[in-house]
Amino acid sequence: MKREQEKEAQKQERKEYRKKNKELYQIMYVFLGLFLCMFGYFVYFVSVDSKNIINNPYNARIKNMSKDILRGDIVARNGEKLATTQVNDDNSETRVYPYGSVFAHPIGYSTKGTTELEKFSNMYLLHSGVSIKEKLINQLWNKKNQGDTVVTTLDLGLQMFAYNLLGSQKGAIIAMEPDTGKILAMASTPSYDPNTLNQDWESIISDTSGNASLLNRASQGLYPPGSTFKILTILEYIREHPDTYKEFSYTCTGTLQIGEYRLDCHEGHAHGTVDVKSSLALSCNGALATMGLDIDPEKFNDLLEEFGYNEELPIDIEYKKSQFDKIVTSEWDIMQYAIGQGKTLQTPIHNAMITASVANGGVMMKPYFIEKIINADGEVVETVTPKAYKTVMTPEESELLTEYMTAVVSEGSGSLAGSEYAVVAGKTGSAEYNSNKDKHAWFTGFVPAEDPEIVFTILIENGSSGGQVAAPMMKQLVDYYYEHVR
Amino acid sequence: MENIIIQVCKYIDIAIIMVYTINALAMLWRKKDDDLKWNYRSQNMLLLLFHATSYFAIVIYKREIEYLIFYGAQVIYFIIYMIMYSKVHKKCYKPLLSNMMLLLSIGFVILARLSLDKALRQFVFVCVASIVTLIVPIFVRKLKAAKTWAGTCGVIGLLLLIVVLGSSKVYGANLSIGIGPFSFQPSEFVKISYVLMVAVLLRNRKDFKRVFFATGIAAVHVLVLVISTDLGGALIYFLTYLCMLYVATGQVGYVYSGLTLGSIAAWVAYLLFSHVKVRVEAWIDPWSIIDNKGLQIAQSLFAIGTGGWFGSGLYKGMPQTIPVVTKDYTFSAISEEMGGIVAVCMVIICICCFVKFMQISMSINVKFYRLIGVGMACLYSIQLFLVVGGVTKFIPSTGVTLPFVSYGGSSIFSAFILFGIMQGLYIMRQNEDERIEQRKEMEQKRELERRKKAAEIEKRAREGSSKARTQRI
Repeated sequence: MKREQEKEAQKQERKEYRKKNKELYQIMYVFLGLFLCMFGYFVYFVSVDSKNIINNPYNARIKNMSKDILRGDIVARNGEKLATTQVNDDNSETRVYPYGSVFAHPIGYSTKGTTELEKFSNMYLLHSGVSIKEKLINQLWNKKNQGDTVVTTLDLGLQMFAYNLLGSQKGAIIAMEPDTGKILAMASTPSYDPNTLNQDWESIISDTSGNASLLNRASQGLYPPGSTFKILTILEYIREHPDTYKEFSYTCTGTLQIGEYRLDCHEGHAHGTVDVKSSLALSCNGALATMGLDIDPEKFNDLLEEFGYNEELPIDIEYKKSQFDKIVTSEWDIMQYAIGQGKTLQTPIHNAMITASVANGGVMMKPYFIEKIINADGEVVETVTPKAYKTVMTPEESELLTEYMTAVVSEGSGSLAGSEYAVVAGKTGSAEYNSNKDKHAWFTGFVPAEDPEIVFTILIENGSSGGQVAAPMMKQLVDYYYEHVR
Repeated sequence: MENIIIQVCKYIDIAIIMVYTINALAMLWRKKDDDLKWNYRSQNMLLLLFHATSYFAIVIYKREIEYLIFYGAQVIYFIIYMIMYSKVHKKCYKPLLSNMMLLLSIGFVILARLSLDKALRQFVFVCVASIVTLIVPIFVRKLKAAKTWAGTCGVIGLLLLIVVLGSSKVYGANLSIGIGPFSFQPSEFVKISYVLMVAVLLRNRKDFKRVFFATGIAAVHVLVLVISTDLGGALIYFLTYLCMLYVATGQVGYVYSGLTLGSIAAWVAYLLFSHVKVRVEAWIDPWSIIDNKGLQIAQSLFAIGTGGWFGSGLYKGMPQTIPVVTKDYTFSAISEEMGGIVAVCMVIICICCFVKFMQISMSINVKFYRLIGVGMACLYSIQLFLVVGGVTKFIPSTGVTLPFVSYGGSSIFSAFILFGIMQGLYIMRQNEDERIEQRKEMEQKRELERRKKAAEIEKRAREGSSKARTQRI
C-alpha cells in the first residue's frame, strides 16, 4: 500500500518535472531531431551516394589508390581480355589493349587521363575484392592487390565484324539488345591504337583532316538523322489523326512545290500515290513534308523531348545531347524538320535507342556496357540489371511502326537489308549535311521483326545513300549475328 | 608491414570508440550519478587506449622520436589534468571530463597527422587553457545576476566584434584580431559573455518592453557578425537567442516570429552579400564550380566518400587536399582516415555532452542559471550542427570549428570556458542537493529525537500510572 503511494508520488513528481521543463525538452528534442536527420543523410551519403561522387577527375585519391592496386581487366562478355595491366620485369606497369583499335571505342584509354569505359569503370578497376588473407599476404610481399575485373556486354566477334565492316570509311555501328539495353558492339572509325597512344598523341591531335579518331562517333558524333527521323514524324501524325491517318494519300511526282519552296525526293524519284505506310517504306519526302505541315509543332516538340532530344540521356560513357531546334517559324522549316533535315542533329546511339524502343513494345531501355564485376578469384562482386528508362509509346503504336518498318525492307528503300535468316525491320536515311547535297548514309533496324532480339544502327559519313550503302551492311550484320553470335 | 599495423590500429580504434560511445550514451540514462565511478574509470582507460593506438600508428609511420615525446607529453597532460580537475572540483560531473579528453585526443591525433607544428601549438593552447579555466566553475557559483557587469560585458563584446569588422581578413572572413604572432578571434569569446548578458536581461522580466530591448541588442550582434562575413557565428548567436527567449518567456509565438524574421533576413542577406551567395551556390551544386568556389566542399566529400565507413587508415588518405582542413574541415579528415564510424561516434559523444547540458539546466530552479545552461547548450549544439552539416553538404557550409577537435586557440579557450561553466552549474546543483539532503537529515534526526522523547514521556507516564495502580492495590 505504502509502496504504491510512493510510486504514485514519484510519478507525480516526474510529471511536474516534465511540466516545469517543457520548453527545455522541446528544444532538446528539436535539436536531437535535426541531428538524427543529419545522421540519416550521412549514412546515405557514405553508403550510397559517395560512389557516384568520388569517381571524379578532381579527386586525387583515385590516383592514389593505384599505388596499392593493380588496375583490373576489362573483358568481353565471354571473357576475352580487352584491356589488361601487364607488370614488366622492372616492376613498371603497361596497360595493354590486345585488340588495339578495334575496341578503342568504347573501351577508351587510361594512359593519358581516362576516357569512355576506362573512365566509367575506374572505381571498379581500382577496387580489389580479393580476400583479406590474400591482401595480407600481398602486403607482406609488398605486392599489389589485383583490381576487380569488369565484364562488359560487348561481343568480341560482333565488334570485330562491325569494325571491319566499316573498314576505311568513317562511321559507326551499334548493336544493342532492345529488351535489355545491352550493347553488344559499338564500333567507330577511324579509330586509334590505345597501345601506342603516347607516341601517336601529337600526330592524332594535330590531324586536321577530319579523322578525329579520338571521337567515339557512335555516342559523340552529331549527324542530321535524315529519313530515319520519319518514324517519329509518322508517330506524331498518327497520334494527332487517330481516325483518319489511314486515309492519308499523297501523289508524289518527285518534287513537292509549296509556294517558292521546292522539296525533292531522294534522287528525284516519283513515288506515285502513297499512303502512310508506303510513304515510310519508300521514304517519300513530299508525303512526309505534307504530314509535317499537318501536325502541331508544339506537340511534336513535346514528343521529341519525350524521346530524348535536347535532353540528357542515361548513357554511361561520354556522349552528346541530340539537338532539335524548337523555334520553327516558316513552312520551309517545318518541311525540313519533318524529313529529318534542318537543324536537327542526332547521335547514332540515340537513334539506336529510339529504334530499340519500337522493337521493345514502346519501352526505352537504358543502354549499358557492364554486365558484372568479378574479383580476381572469379567471384561476383556486383551484377548489373537492365533498367527501363521510360515508356515512349504504346504497344499498339510500336506494333504499327514495326509493320511499317518491315515494309521498308520488304518493299521499300531498305530492300538490300533483307536477310534469309529473319524478317528485318528498319529505316534508311540519306541525310544531307552540306549545300553540295552530300549525304550521310543511315540504316537503323532490328531482327526478327516479329520478336526482336537485336537492334543495329549504322552510320556512314558521306555514304551518299542509306538504301545503297548502309542497308547492305545491315544484311551482313544480321547474317553474322545469325551465323556466329546467336 | 607498416601498412598492416596502420590498418590494424584503425580497426582497434573503431572498436574502442564504439564501446566508449555506447558507455557514454548509457550514462545519460543513469538516475544516480554515484554509480558512475567504475564506468568513469573504464571510459578513461578506453580513451587513453584510443590515444595510444592512434599514436602507435603515427610513430610507426613517421619513425621520428619527436612524435613519441609528444605522445608522452599528451599522456602526462591527460592524467594530470584529470586528477587535478577532480581534486579541485570534487563534485564535478566526471563523464563530461572524459568526453572532453576524448575529443581533445582525437584532435591531437588528427592534427599531428596533418601538421606536427600545428599540433604542438594546439597542445600549448590546451595546456594554458586548462590551467586558466580551472577556476571557471568556482567563478560561476559566485556569479550574481547584476545589471552593471552585464552592461559592461555587452558593450565590450559588441565593441570587440566591431573592431574585428574593421580589421584584417582571414580566409575571406573578418574573424580575428592580430596581436603579435597570435591572432585572436573575439566572436568565440563574445558568444559566452553574450549568453550571460541575455540571461541577465531575461532573468525576471518577460514583458514586451524588455523582450524588445533584448532582441534589439541581440540583433545588433547578429548584424555585425553578418557584415563581417562570419555567417556561422551569426546563425549561432541568433538561434541561441531564440532558444533562450523561448525558455524565458515560454511563448512559442516569439520562436515562430523569430524564425520567420530570420528567414526573411537570410533571404535579404543572400541577395545583398556575395559571400552568402557563394556559400549557397557551392552547396547546391559544387561540381559545376569545382575549380574555385566548390573546391573545398567537393574535396571534403571526396575525402569522406573515399574513406568510407572504415577509413583509409592514418596517412593513407589525402586530407591535405581539403583547403583549411585543420580548422573547419577536421571532421572530413577524421572521417577519411579514421573512418566514418569514428566520425559518427565522435558526433554522438558531442551530442551526449549536449544532452547532459540540457539535463543539468533542467535540474536547476533558479531562472538565471537555467538560462545560462540553456544558452551554453544551444551554443554548443548549434555549432556542432553547423560544422558537421556544413562539411558533409547537408547544409551550406558556414565555416565554424569543432570544439576541442579543430585547431585554433580561441576555439579551444572558449570550449574550455563553456564546459567549465556547465561543470560549475552542475556542482552548484550538487551542493544545493546536498544542502537539501542535509536539511532533510537534520529534520529526520530532529523528528526521531522528538519521537524518542515522546515515547519516553509516555513510558514514564505509563510507569507512573502502573506504580499508582500497584500502590492502590
